[in-house]
Amino acid sequence: MQRSPATAPTIARLIEAFHRLPGIGPKSAQRLAYHVLRAPRAEAETLAEALLEVKDSTRLCGTCQNITDADPCAICLDPQRNDSTICVVEEPLDVAAIERAGVHRGRYHVLHGAISPMDGVGPEDLKVRELLSRLGDATVQEVILAMNPNLEGEATAGYLSRVIGAMGVRITRIAHGLPVGADVEYADERTLRAAMTHRVEVERDEGTD
Amino acid sequence: MPRIRPIRTEAIVLRQRPLGDADRICVLFSPTRGRIEAVAKGVRKPLSKMSGHVEPLSRGQFGLAQGRSLYVVTDAQTLDPWPSLHDDVHRMTEALAMAELVDRSTDVDVSSGPLYQLLRHSLNALAETPSPPAIRWWFTLRFFDQQGYRPELEVCVRCRADVGPEANGYSAVDGGVVCPNCHGAGHGQRLSSPVFRLLRYMRRSSAESTAQVRVDAEASAELERHLRLSLEQALDGWLRSRGFAEDLARAETIGRSAVKSAAEREREEQHRAAI
Repeated sequence: MQRSPATAPTIARLIEAFHRLPGIGPKSAQRLAYHVLRAPRAEAETLAEALLEVKDSTRLCGTCQNITDADPCAICLDPQRNDSTICVVEEPLDVAAIERAGVHRGRYHVLHGAISPMDGVGPEDLKVRELLSRLGDATVQEVILAMNPNLEGEATAGYLSRVIGAMGVRITRIAHGLPVGADVEYADERTLRAAMTHRVEVERDEGTD
Repeated sequence: MPRIRPIRTEAIVLRQRPLGDADRICVLFSPTRGRIEAVAKGVRKPLSKMSGHVEPLSRGQFGLAQGRSLYVVTDAQTLDPWPSLHDDVHRMTEALAMAELVDRSTDVDVSSGPLYQLLRHSLNALAETPSPPAIRWWFTLRFFDQQGYRPELEVCVRCRADVGPEANGYSAVDGGVVCPNCHGAGHGQRLSSPVFRLLRYMRRSSAESTAQVRVDAEASAELERHLRLSLEQALDGWLRSRGFAEDLARAETIGRSAVKSAAEREREEQHRAAI
């Protein structure tokens, strides 16, 4: 990003720092920088402290590899959760999404990425070894593969199913199909095929006849 | 400023990479325009109408508008989804190797009709075949022919003597078969008779016929070695996607040994119980 002589070097430095963040273009970076400049000092201090704290006090949970303040993390410590099921996800944000939906009461494992053969990202670059070490005893009976339904997700699921398959653990994959609110007419062939393959029986209403 | 007309083209999606929060950059391979990089906006959101139509290893019809630095995908419609290339991880690894080969050897805005037809035909064959590696071998040989790296299989690349099927060598550096005399003098790596015959058969046969040939593990490993050396010469490096094929093979070996040791443990327990 080119520096303008009309912008003070300290502000230009802040604009550049914001611009490095994902999804922030040059205009947004400028707006954010001038917002911080005009905001009360306390607000800027809170932001600066939060940024430093997140770098200093977060780490990976030694069990599930999710980002946490304390090791083990709150989910791994929770005695109410089902130890026999592990949901494997690509990123920490996927755990947050599944938790928001409240559809999984078992444990998690975060891989921190997906296998991307054409980019040279292989299983050694992910937290696969840590996952396998959790499957050593007979506690875990099901591994749910919750990878994204794209090529990298398919490659990761294909690899994991081969490694885990021989360990006698049940492997399942989250279903693919039409998202809520989507139109059938715009769906691609693979999505429709998956939706048709994994169709479910409609429960009959016993009270109508 | 002259208004640039949007273009419509058929293309195979070779690869994708994320851009920003919700977009992806798609690398398309078109018969008329070669390699095209285009932004597919919003395709990482669940309700995107385009996401399934821009998945790698599929063929489609695309509308593209010229953006500031890259094209922008305005519409996409899948023509060949090739579902088995996504559902079967072995077919996927072979397809990725072919896509990577094309990705690394083609330029932007260069008409590539024959290579496009070769890739399309090979992916079609790969989607149906019982023998995925054979389609990649066949594709690689045809790729060499088209790109000017055609391996010599009829005469010795060093002395031009006719070659029979026995005691030959193969030299990736010299670009083909080496006769027994030159091989004896230290040129090329050993080329077994079955692999020599298979190379010649692949040259004159279709992908579908090649997939019918039964190739044992030893010959398969030897052919992979020769093709790898030839590709390294042509590309000045190795295909990244083949690393995943090796990871997968290791995973299956681990899996098989785990099954074997479980069976052995069970037999031992039965034996102890019997005693």
